Amino acid sequence: MTTHAPRSKPVAGRKIRVTIKRAEGPGKPFRWETFEVAPEPGGNIISLLQKIAADPVTVEGRRSTPVVWDSGCLEEVCGACTMVINGRVRQSCSCLVDDIAPNPGDEISLEPMTKFPVVRDLWVDRARLFDTLKRLKAWVPIDGTYALGPGPTETAGQQAVRYVLSTCMSCGCCLEACPQFNLETDETRWDKSFIGAQGFSQARLFNDHATGAQLKSDRLGVLSAQGGIADCGNAQNCVKVCPKDIPLTESIGAIGRAVTLHAIAKWFSGRS
Amino acid sequence: MAQHRVIVVGGGLAGLAASVRIAEAGLPVDLFSMVPVKRSHSVCAQGGINACNDVARQQGYSEYQHFDETIYGGDFLADQPPVLEMTNWAPKIIDLLDRMGVPFNRSPEGRRDLRLFGGSLFKRTHFAGATTGQQLLYALDEQTRRYEVEGKVNKYEFWEFLWPVITGEGDARRCVGIVAQDLRTMQIRAFRADAVIMATGGCGLVFGKSTNSIICTGGAASRCYQAGAWYANPEMIQVHPTAIPGADKCRLMSESARGEGGRVWVPRKKGDTRAPRDIPDAERYYFLEERYPKYGNLVTRDIATREIFSICVDDAMGVGGENVVYLDLTHKDPDYLTRKLGGILEIYEKFVGEDPRKVPMKIFPAVHYSMGGLWTTYARGAFRPGAPAGEHKSGSLPPVGTALGVGMRYGAHENMRTNITGLYAFGEVNFAFHGANRLGANALLSCLFDGLFSGVSVVNYVREGEPAAKPAESLPAEVFDACVRQETAKADRLLATAAQGPGGPETNPYVIAREMGEEMTAASTVVKSGPRLEQAAAKIASLRERFSRVRLEDAAAWSNQSLSFTRALGDMLILAQIIIRAGAMRKESRGAHYRVDYPDRNDAEFMKTTCAAYDPGAADPHQITYRPIDADLVAPRARTYGKVDG
Ligand SMILES: Cc1cc2nc3c(=O)[nH]c(=O)nc-3n(C[C@H](O)[C@H](O)[C@H](O)COP(=O)(O)OP(=O)(O)OC[C@H]3O[C@@H](n4cnc5c(N)ncnc54)[C@H](O)[C@@H]3O)c2cc1C
Ligand code: SF4
Ligand code: SF4
Ligand code: FES
Repeated sequence: MTTHAPRSKPVAGRKIRVTIKRAEGPGKPFRWETFEVAPEPGGNIISLLQKIAADPVTVEGRRSTPVVWDSGCLEEVCGACTMVINGRVRQSCSCLVDDIAPNPGDEISLEPMTKFPVVRDLWVDRARLFDTLKRLKAWVPIDGTYALGPGPTETAGQQAVRYVLSTCMSCGCCLEACPQFNLETDETRWDKSFIGAQGFSQARLFNDHATGAQLKSDRLGVLSAQGGIADCGNAQNCVKVCPKDIPLTESIGAIGRAVTLHAIAKWFSGRS
Repeated sequence: MAQHRVIVVGGGLAGLAASVRIAEAGLPVDLFSMVPVKRSHSVCAQGGINACNDVARQQGYSEYQHFDETIYGGDFLADQPPVLEMTNWAPKIIDLLDRMGVPFNRSPEGRRDLRLFGGSLFKRTHFAGATTGQQLLYALDEQTRRYEVEGKVNKYEFWEFLWPVITGEGDARRCVGIVAQDLRTMQIRAFRADAVIMATGGCGLVFGKSTNSIICTGGAASRCYQAGAWYANPEMIQVHPTAIPGADKCRLMSESARGEGGRVWVPRKKGDTRAPRDIPDAERYYFLEERYPKYGNLVTRDIATREIFSICVDDAMGVGGENVVYLDLTHKDPDYLTRKLGGILEIYEKFVGEDPRKVPMKIFPAVHYSMGGLWTTYARGAFRPGAPAGEHKSGSLPPVGTALGVGMRYGAHENMRTNITGLYAFGEVNFAFHGANRLGANALLSCLFDGLFSGVSVVNYVREGEPAAKPAESLPAEVFDACVRQETAKADRLLATAAQGPGGPETNPYVIAREMGEEMTAASTVVKSGPRLEQAAAKIASLRERFSRVRLEDAAAWSNQSLSFTRALGDMLILAQIIIRAGAMRKESRGAHYRVDYPDRNDAEFMKTTCAAYDPGAADPHQITYRPIDADLVAPRARTYGKVDG
């Protein structure tokens, strides 16, 4: 989010406690471990985890193993490092320790996302998110990579709308926060399970492109079937947690309207 | 008929462009990546991608001038013909991206908007907000997914490339597959392929903190080097002038900030404690503008970096006595800034907690890009001028047009192939195109160009070269099994060290990595010298000795990240050695490589490619030689960017 609270003055040289929900692998029991760490000024959650990795001793003095987590860009643009921090789903790279634990003895809790299967510790498998993009044919069906001149022109206004939608980094925050989206470990059931806000928004992105619209009817077919837009309860938890400020409520509205029009058109054309 | 297959290692821009091009030609692709390809490092690229365009053309610019700028920008170290082909292709590549739906910023009339970038006086950089790399990567990711659904691309995500499988000896060596490890199950196995494309990106992590993603270790390139592929110009590392120093990484403030009018300055008075907005214009030292009136803040990166470094380190004029200078955008309209630069301004706000629309940003140089990489060759194209041209003046007629194949022969098997048949290198891991210094917004271009142009070469090689008669599928299993045994033994040895218990900082992989990064940054970045490099060589040697006793703290047989990290650390230490060695041997200054003890460029001795070859049997395994470059298109000239004294 572009706005954030004014920074509190962090206490230099403080030690804080980091409590982490860990598991050895998928389906293995969870356990909690607490580490005491002296954060670096300006450091983020990742730098805490790196410190723990270099010397993984718990507060009880027990030697543990380096924590496993997922990360990439370290500047909130790849989506990899998403986890639940103090109960809220967000990117760990852009979560600054000075902001959430400015005082000595402050506690931070780190948990893996709950809507995706755990691989190990804080690392979850978000393959389903990418499967949704296949299900929705989230691409522009170009004629191939040969030189065929420019694409369709668009106004600066249209570009501005599509650009924001296109900054979705498949992080899954919106799915973690969504009451309708649940953990599904059986891949064969993904096709019928709730799509969720990122999928709705990506469908809108491609429906709004002149060439992408060639597949609009296929997309709306999926969106009006089981797991589609009708299952959205409009709780709007999704839009509140999207780190890229993607207007998910608007996307849900746009897809809702398009699905209705699609149904009417189908009804008139006599296709069922 | 035998089924041919191609392996692409790396799903950044270069790997995805190659995958799409090859799948489209009808060859199945197995695509390997340590991360889901959509999360590859290319996602970080901010500023844009260069190409000649209609507006610039009517102002006198041309593809040829883009070529000339790139050669001059690279300080005459790049082989010239491939650069010519690349800049000729650039406008077509932009059109293709446009068709794929990349939301390029638009002008009021709905045309693609353009911005200024370093090393050019023309607007020739296309952009999508300040997250151009993300938008380009996503477009390629979407096209790849389409082929995945059609069954033409097979993705192996969370798999790590460990070793290339090579048959034969000497010139008869041929790459026929890879060994890789599943980072979740830890399974190690071989995969056969008729050609292997390395598209594994750069090696910023060798320097500890850089602008790169956490996976940019260079480990994959180092493994190819150790398996016999040559590594070229390792000493050519770009340090970007404007990054936010951070605890875990240095976050880039794209050159587009200066392209959109950002000004770099420090208070004229040393130790001035006033807030930046209280310092009147006359008391600000806009040192780039004063020293380079022609290019101003948009001089090339190596020059801007050295000027900032010297202001802070030599003159102690950094803001508040620290190693930072101002990058100031506060004179621009905030809405305009949000529209053009939103993505990077948000990064600054998030990580520093100040609004760069209101307060000048505090920045310092950071390691950013590796011009060096795996050595590759190419087939020269048709253009052979009798004599090399001088500086190209805008508005004058280019000596050659943009027909296909004037720079490189289209479809030739050897384009961007390493010294090993069947093993190719595309994107940042390829040493070609950028010489001793890369121009901003030319990297994304070279990644896409490699994938699209040389992807066709790979297809032709597979269909017409050795694999036509002898597909990888038909080869005996032993060569693959031997490589699997080798890699399993390596992994087992590292895992077994966990049983010894922790050995303290001496043998902790994270501590060794930190010391390597600090030493490399101190000795081998902005300013180098013979004695300092010698000292660094000794330090890296001692780190390698400690690494031979390294101890893991995690013996898990499932999703063991410590194993992957530690293994890559061993490979990074080897890259560090050749970066230092090549830097010490290049006794001149050129582009990003600046030696205080040899401050001038020395074309007679060093206008040559540094080429490192690895001989595991030798007492000193790193054999460094120099190869001549193809430089008969443009004659070398002094590279001053119009600097004035003062
Ligand atoms: C912050 C930043 C901003 C930039 N901005 C610009 C810009 O505005 N314009 C521009 O032109 N350039 C820019 N660059 C440079 C440009 O982004 C990179 O050079 C380019 O993206 C590299 O792409 P690539 O495809 O070669 O590799 P990458 O995108 O780095 O991808 C590497 C791939 O290889 C895989 N990989 C690596 N090792 C292994 C292994 N062992 N096994 C399996 N897979 C492996 C990774 O998973 C990944 O998929 C910028 C760079 C940075 C750091
Ligand atoms: S609005 Fe729909 S998608 Fe968003 S959280 Fe609610 S149910 Fe989920
Ligand atoms: S819509 Fe927002 S929260 Fe959801 S996956 Fe995309 S970026 Fe993440
Ligand atoms: S590491 Fe990429 S979003 Fe945090």
